[in-house]
Amino acid sequence: MTDGYDAIVVGAGHNGLVCSALLAKAGKKVLVLEANERVGGAAITREFADGYAVSACAHLLYQLQPKVRKELGLSLRLAGGAMQTVALSPDRQHVRYAGDAVSGVANADVRSYRQFHGQMARFANLLNTHLNSAPPRLGTRHYSDLAKLARLGFDLRRLGRDEMRTFLRLIGINIHDEVTERFENPLLRGALSLDAVLGTHLGPRSPNTIMTYLYRLAAGHGRLSAPQGGMGSLAEELAQAARGAGVTIRTGMPVKRIIVENGRVAGVETNSGERFESMTVVSNADPKRTIMELVGTRHVETGFTRRINNIRMRGNAAKLHLALERLPAFAGLAKAEYGDRLVVAPDEHYVERAFNPAKYGESSPQPVMEITFPSVRDPALAPGGKHVMSCIVQYAPYALAGGWTDAAREAFTRACIETMGRYAPDLESCVTATELLTPVDIEREFHITGGHWHHGELALDQFMFVRPVCGAAQYRMPLDGLYLCGAGAHPGGGISGAAGRNAAMFILKEQSA
Amino acid sequence: MKTYDAIVVGAGHNGLTTAAFLAKAGLDVVCVEKNDYIGGAAVSRNLHEDWIYSNCSYVCSLLRPEIFRALELHRHDLQVTPFGGSLTFMQNGDYYGSYHDPDVAYRERARFSRRDADAYERYRSDTMRQCRIIRDFLLSTPPDPTSFRPKDLLGLMQVGRKFLEVGEDRIYESIRFWTMSVAEYLDEYFETDVIKAAMSGSGIIGTALGIHSPGTAYVLLHHYMGDVDGNVGSWGFARGGMGAVSNAIAGAFRSYGGELRTEAGVDKIIVRNGRAQGVGLENGDELAADIIVSAMDVKRTFLNCMDSSDLDEKFRTRIENFKIRGSSGKLNIALDGLPTFPALPAGNSLMISDMHFIDSMERMERAYDDWKAGTWSRDPYIDMVMPTTVDPTMAPPGKHFMSCFIQYCPHKLEGRDWTDPEREAFAQTVIDQIANYSPDFKDLIVHYEVRTPADIEAEIGITEGNIFHGELTMDQLLFNRPVPGYAQYRAPVAGLYLCGSSTHPGGGVMAAPGANAAREILADLKRPNTVPENFGDD
Repeated sequence: MTDGYDAIVVGAGHNGLVCSALLAKAGKKVLVLEANERVGGAAITREFADGYAVSACAHLLYQLQPKVRKELGLSLRLAGGAMQTVALSPDRQHVRYAGDAVSGVANADVRSYRQFHGQMARFANLLNTHLNSAPPRLGTRHYSDLAKLARLGFDLRRLGRDEMRTFLRLIGINIHDEVTERFENPLLRGALSLDAVLGTHLGPRSPNTIMTYLYRLAAGHGRLSAPQGGMGSLAEELAQAARGAGVTIRTGMPVKRIIVENGRVAGVETNSGERFESMTVVSNADPKRTIMELVGTRHVETGFTRRINNIRMRGNAAKLHLALERLPAFAGLAKAEYGDRLVVAPDEHYVERAFNPAKYGESSPQPVMEITFPSVRDPALAPGGKHVMSCIVQYAPYALAGGWTDAAREAFTRACIETMGRYAPDLESCVTATELLTPVDIEREFHITGGHWHHGELALDQFMFVRPVCGAAQYRMPLDGLYLCGAGAHPGGGISGAAGRNAAMFILKEQSA
Repeated sequence: MKTYDAIVVGAGHNGLTTAAFLAKAGLDVVCVEKNDYIGGAAVSRNLHEDWIYSNCSYVCSLLRPEIFRALELHRHDLQVTPFGGSLTFMQNGDYYGSYHDPDVAYRERARFSRRDADAYERYRSDTMRQCRIIRDFLLSTPPDPTSFRPKDLLGLMQVGRKFLEVGEDRIYESIRFWTMSVAEYLDEYFETDVIKAAMSGSGIIGTALGIHSPGTAYVLLHHYMGDVDGNVGSWGFARGGMGAVSNAIAGAFRSYGGELRTEAGVDKIIVRNGRAQGVGLENGDELAADIIVSAMDVKRTFLNCMDSSDLDEKFRTRIENFKIRGSSGKLNIALDGLPTFPALPAGNSLMISDMHFIDSMERMERAYDDWKAGTWSRDPYIDMVMPTTVDPTMAPPGKHFMSCFIQYCPHKLEGRDWTDPEREAFAQTVIDQIANYSPDFKDLIVHYEVRTPADIEAEIGITEGNIFHGELTMDQLLFNRPVPGYAQYRAPVAGLYLCGSSTHPGGGVMAAPGANAAREILADLKRPNTVPENFGDD
C-alpha cells in the first residue's frame, strides 16, 4: 500500500474535480483517480474526425452554480456572448428567445412569455437555494434537519400566498398543459417543451416536466453559453484549481474496486492492482456503478441494494457530431445566428410523438434536436473555414430493441440528418464525417450506467430527499467512509458542480463534528 | 318563491350525501336534479326490457363505511355483495387470475414466476401502508398550507405529525409512491409482464395518463382504499345496480325531511351583493336559500352556471385551467346467457370477477398513445364485469348484464364531435376484443348502450364526461383540489359551497366529498357536527 490520503475521489468528472478541490482547500490530502486519459468525464473536448473537435457530451453551459465558480476562482473564458434559442420553422418563421424576451410571435405571446419566464425564474430561484446544500432528512429531530425544513417552508411562504399556491400546483404538473394554456405559437410551445424534457425519459405530457424545466433554469435562469475550447477547457480549469489546492490527479487509472475492511471503506484498488489507502472514498461514479460494481453487494444491506438497482437511469439522449465542409444554409437564419442554439421541436405534439417510440425501445423516426455550431464562435475547433455541428438528439433509448447495431446507428443518423434537412436542404452535401454517441456509447466512453447524463432520471420520485435512493440523500452511503459526489446524488446532473460542492461541504462538516 | 335553508344542486351520490347530512342536522333542504331520475353517475337504469344497467359506475367499494353507518343506509335497502378476484386473458391462450384466497393466488403467480409470487406480499404490505395513510385523510378537510389561520396551522401540524411518526424510511417511500408512475412502481416488485399489466390498470382508470406517466401509482389507491364488509381493498356489487347506493342515500335524505326535485335543472346560481342567494331553474322558477351547494363539477358550476362578473378573474382562470378530461367510455350490454371463455378451466371461480383483455405493459401504454393522438384505443383496456353473476335482480332469469369500462376514449375525436358511425365503431372495437376470448359472446348480445365521454357529459352533466370530475394528478389533489386555496369546500362567493368529486378526496362512489362539505357548512352555521370525520381520531 502507498501512503494514505485523507480522501480518494473516484472519477475526475466535473463534480469529482469540484469536490476534490474544495476538500483540498479545507486542508485535506486528496487523490483523484480517473479511468480515462483525460480529466472531465462527460465535460470533455475531443476530436471526432481529423481536425474536428467538439464537446463530446455536454456542449452548453447554463447550470454552473455561481458559488462553485466563486469558491474555486474560475475565470471561465467563454466563446462569444449570450446565446439565444432559435426555434426552427420549416417556413422560415423562426421564433427566437433569450431571457424573458421572445420574438417572432404575436404580442400576446410576448407578454405571456415575459410573465411565464418571470414566474418560472422566481420558482427556479427558490429551487436553487435548495439545490445548493444537502437536503434535510425527514422524520428526524435533529436541529439541522428541522432548520432546513423550516427554511424550505419559510421560502415557500415568502413567495406570497398566490405564488405559493401556483408553485404547489405547478411542481407536479406537465409542461404540455402549461405551454398550451399560455401560448399561441406552436414553435414556442414546442421549444419550451423540448427545454423541459431534454436529457430525460419523459415527454411533454408526462407529469413533473415543469420540475425538470425549473431545474434547467435554477442556476442561471437558462442563460446559455459555451466555454472557449469546448467543455473540456472548463474541466481543465477545474483540474488546475484542484491541483492548485494540492490535489493529486492521476488519469488512466481505472478503479477496480473500493476496498472494504472491517465493515468500512479502507481505500481503493485500481485495475492495475495498485492500492491506495484512505478512510474516506468519494465516488463521482453513478450510484449503480459505485454500489453494484465498485463496492459489491455483499458489503451493503439487501434492501439498499434493491433500491440502488431500482434507480431508473436509462439514457434517452444521443449526441450527434458532424464535420462540415461549409456551413449549411438554414432558411431564414441570419449569419450571426449560426452561433446560437437551434432547436427542432415544431410543436409540443411533435415532441410527444418523438417520445412515444422510446417507451417501446424504438428510436424516434422524427427526432427532436438541439443543434449548435461550436466552430462559429470558436473557429479553432475545426480546420480553417470548415465547421463542426454538435447536436443533442432525442429519443434514442439505451435499451433499443435489437440493440444499437451499425444498421440502427446508420438509420438514426439518417433520421437526424433528414429531419434537419427540412430546414437546411443542403446539409447532407456539407457533411464529411459523422459520429453518433448513443447512450450505449456514452456508457462505454464515460462509464455512466445507462448512459444517462443525470446519473439517474430526474423525476420527483428520484429528487431531493429521495435522490439517489431513500435514506442516502445526504451524500453518505450506508457504508462508513463512502460518499457520493456525482450527478446521481442531490441535486442531479448538468454541468453545475452542485453535487460535488454539496458533497464536499457535507463531508467536511461531518468530519469536523 | 319558496325559501329553503339550503339548496343542493345535483342529485348524484355526493349531492345527496350533503343534502342528507344537512337535513339530518335539522335544515330545510331541497336537492334539485336536472334529469328525471336521481343518482347522477351512480344509477340503475332500465334501458332494455327487463335488464337493469349500472350504466355509469359499476362497482362499489369506496363508499365510506362511516357514512353508511351515519346515514343508516342498511335501512334503505343498500346491500353490497363482495365478489372475488380479477382475470386477465392472454393472447397466447393462457390467462392470469388474481384470486382472493392468498394460497391460490400465490400458486397462480408462481405459475408465471416464483419471484413474483414471493414479491407480492411485500408489494401488498407496502401499498396497503400508503393506503392507510390516505384513508385517514378521506373524511377530513385538507388544511390550506398558505394560510395562517389557527385551524389550518393545526391541520398542517396534524398532517406533519402523521407523516413524521411513520418513521424516516416510510416517509421517503411515501414521497416516491406519490410521485412515481404505476409502471415503475410495479417494476420494482415484479418481472412478469402479464402480472404487471393486470395490476397497472388500476393506476390509469379514469385518468388521461398512461401507465408510465409519473403520479399514476397514487391512482392505484383510489382502487385499493375502499372496503366491503371491513375487507380493505375488496370490491362489491350493490344489489340492484349502483342506483341502489343513490336511492339509499336519497331514502335517508327523505327520512330526515328533505325534498327532492327531479327535472329541475339549474340554469344559474343567483348571486346578489356578493352572496349566493338562490338558483334559477331552467323552467324559469327561482328557489331561494342562504346556502347553495353544488354537486356539479367545478367547470360546470363556475363557468356554465354563474355570471363571470360574480367571480374574481384569477379564480376563474384557475377553474378554466382545471383539468377534467374525458378519457374513458362505457359499453353496457344485455346478454341472452353467460358467455363462455374457453381459456378458463370449467368451474373456475373467476367467472365471477373483473375481466381484462390486455396482457402486456406495452399494450397498456399504446392504448394511451391512441388517446393522446385524439382517438379511442384500438386495443383498449377493458374492465369488464357481469354483476348478474352474483345479483340475479338485474336481468331476467338466466340472462346477464355486462358492464364494460373502456380506457381510453376521448371526449372529442381529433378535436371534433363524435358521429354515430364512429360511436358504433368504438363499440365494435370493444366487442371484438372480448369476442377474441369468447366465441359465443357476439351471438349472446341482445342490446347494448355505447357511452362515450361526450354521451356521459350530455346526460349526466359532467364536463368532458370525466368520471372523477377532474384528473387525479398531484396538482389537483388534497389542498390543490379543485384549485389551490379553495380546497375547503367553500367557493369564493359567500354562501356557495362545493360538494362534488371535483373536491377532495376526488371521484369514485365514495361520498366523502359530500360528507366533508356538509361538515364545513355546519361549522359555518355554528351547528354541532353530525358528520363522521376520520382524521385525528386515532
